[in-house]
Amino acid sequence: MSNKEVLLEVKNLNVVFGKGKSKFQAIDNVSFQIYKGETFGLVGESGSGKTTIGRSIMRINEITDGEILFHGKPINGKIAKDWDREITQKIQMIFQDPMASLNERAKVDYIISEGLINIKKYKDKNSRSQKVRNTLLEVGLLPEFASRFPHEFSGGQRQRIGIARALVMEPEFIIADEPISALDVSIRAQVLNLLSNLQKQNDLTYLFIAHDLSIVRFITDRTAVIYKGKIVELAETDKLFSKPIHPYTRALLSAVPEPNPVKEQEKVIEIYDPTQHNYEADPPSFIEIEEGHFVLANEEEMIRYRIMLKIGV
Amino acid sequence: MEATQTKSTILSIHNLVIKFKLRGKVLTAIRDISLNLYKGESLAIVGESGSGKSVLVKSIMGLLDKNGFIDHGAIIYNDEDLAHFQTEKDWLKIRGKEVAMVTQDPMTSLNPLKTVGKQIEECVILHQGLRGKAAYEKTLQYLKDVGIYDVEKRYKQYPHEFSGGMRQRIVIAIAIACKPKILICDEPTTALDVTIQAQILQLLKNLQQQYGLTTIYITHDLGVVAKVADRIAVMYAGEIIEVGQSHEVFFNGKHPYTWALLSSLPQLGTKGEELYSIKGTPPNLFKDIKGDAFAPRNPYALNIDYEERPPFFKVSETHYAKTWLLHPKAPKVEPPHNLQAFFEEGRHYTYE
Repeated sequence: MSNKEVLLEVKNLNVVFGKGKSKFQAIDNVSFQIYKGETFGLVGESGSGKTTIGRSIMRINEITDGEILFHGKPINGKIAKDWDREITQKIQMIFQDPMASLNERAKVDYIISEGLINIKKYKDKNSRSQKVRNTLLEVGLLPEFASRFPHEFSGGQRQRIGIARALVMEPEFIIADEPISALDVSIRAQVLNLLSNLQKQNDLTYLFIAHDLSIVRFITDRTAVIYKGKIVELAETDKLFSKPIHPYTRALLSAVPEPNPVKEQEKVIEIYDPTQHNYEADPPSFIEIEEGHFVLANEEEMIRYRIMLKIGV
Repeated sequence: MEATQTKSTILSIHNLVIKFKLRGKVLTAIRDISLNLYKGESLAIVGESGSGKSVLVKSIMGLLDKNGFIDHGAIIYNDEDLAHFQTEKDWLKIRGKEVAMVTQDPMTSLNPLKTVGKQIEECVILHQGLRGKAAYEKTLQYLKDVGIYDVEKRYKQYPHEFSGGMRQRIVIAIAIACKPKILICDEPTTALDVTIQAQILQLLKNLQQQYGLTTIYITHDLGVVAKVADRIAVMYAGEIIEVGQSHEVFFNGKHPYTWALLSSLPQLGTKGEELYSIKGTPPNLFKDIKGDAFAPRNPYALNIDYEERPPFFKVSETHYAKTWLLHPKAPKVEPPHNLQAFFEEGRHYTYE
């Protein structure tokens, strides 16, 4: 794992909204690395800060403290203009709601090519519209659709337009913020397949933000679980699902409904009680408990978690 | 299994056809549905958007949009045919008092200008005839029942002071306060997080027992169905294509559409491989559908599927499916490979 190339690194990220009394710490000292070519999952409930992390990487939100490095170079604060332009192109985002994230008054052609106009890469109109047509084909839509408006499409098709808009910039890194939660069951599978095919063809790296754990389990290589602005556990997805350690991860996993009525109706759901930790006296840190498996714990908990891991509960 | 058979029917739908007038054309949303609802059970109606599951339950409460009408069929409740109800006055005998509903989005189904206590108390006053102190006490009781603490303080708060999960609890309290016999839950947890979803589903299950309710769940999440349902009805293009006990549909599904729905679950997919997805799009409901509506998307379709609509074939006393594959003369077709393992594992659970 360690010999893999790090594409994006988040170091001690802090995001604070508001000032003085109404201050709110949305992200609290979060660090993680994303390797080139992988799909990194970020899960947590609403309000946990998962979207804020995505938006910080997109540079939509200002960060209060810490660093975000892309290819080892910082992307926040004062940076050179060329680098700024390059990141704008290389990091793209797919949004949750395809109804709200497409301009209702613009034609598909404009929606997709707007980014191209901004980076001034394709100077003349013809080469630009050729690029748009190719991208439409790539996401499984017809090139003729370029002259239509978003309301003429179904939810799944709109999400494909959203994906095309990200793809047309030839990015290396895509942040997908709940890309399929607004879609119907039968269409989810199609969009998931499209995303993984595009990843293979274009050598993409994904940050996949979601709250639906069954999908995260299926699509991601590594997963971080975030709770109230802190990452509580990070591991390879299979490991995280088979050997969850942190009580919050365990509660989250137990809440995922399984398609098995017999098992499901007998299941007891674990409830996470945040007061169980004794962090006042013994503050926690983010420790590697086994290779590539990190968990937020203090000394006393660490000993307990190690035993848990050994006997395999 | 026998328990359901001996239970009495509380609501029965016969050959229901519902149509909508839309821009001069007529759309058939419900195509000949017959269904019995048994007292005390929980039935889940599953299907993708546009399959007509919401329209079906709305017709039970008389909440169809103005351009929609019951073309044919009967909805029998308490020896009355709801399909013939015309006026609001008729419906007020049913709505709330007999059938109540919990809707999808707790943000929009509560009145933002009234305290939650008043909103629940309104139902207590209207449907239970209590006044003053008695109504207040009863309201607090309902708040406690849906798992809200510090009820005197919460009574005086407005919806915006509650979180999503808590708001959904309030909506449930309002529904329960009407003292209904049937509770309809239309995607009750779609807007909520997994952890909250699990709590709300558990709450609904507890309340069902406590108040002896019959519940109908509408959902497209098969995980939710597994958690709450005794029986499942699978809908496609306005008709019920398979109905049976929960484990029968999950582990012995017969209709290719049921197979397709189960196969597209990420839990059943193999990592790194393509996830099964249903090809094509649902049929246009403006047109008459010939044969089995799912046939054009069905890799197992027979020639007859394009010609004649399949009737219900009996699989067991409680399990029926509308597919020609069950006809004695049909060729033997096995469910898709990944499902066979899932079915096998499931049967293991059921008969242990």
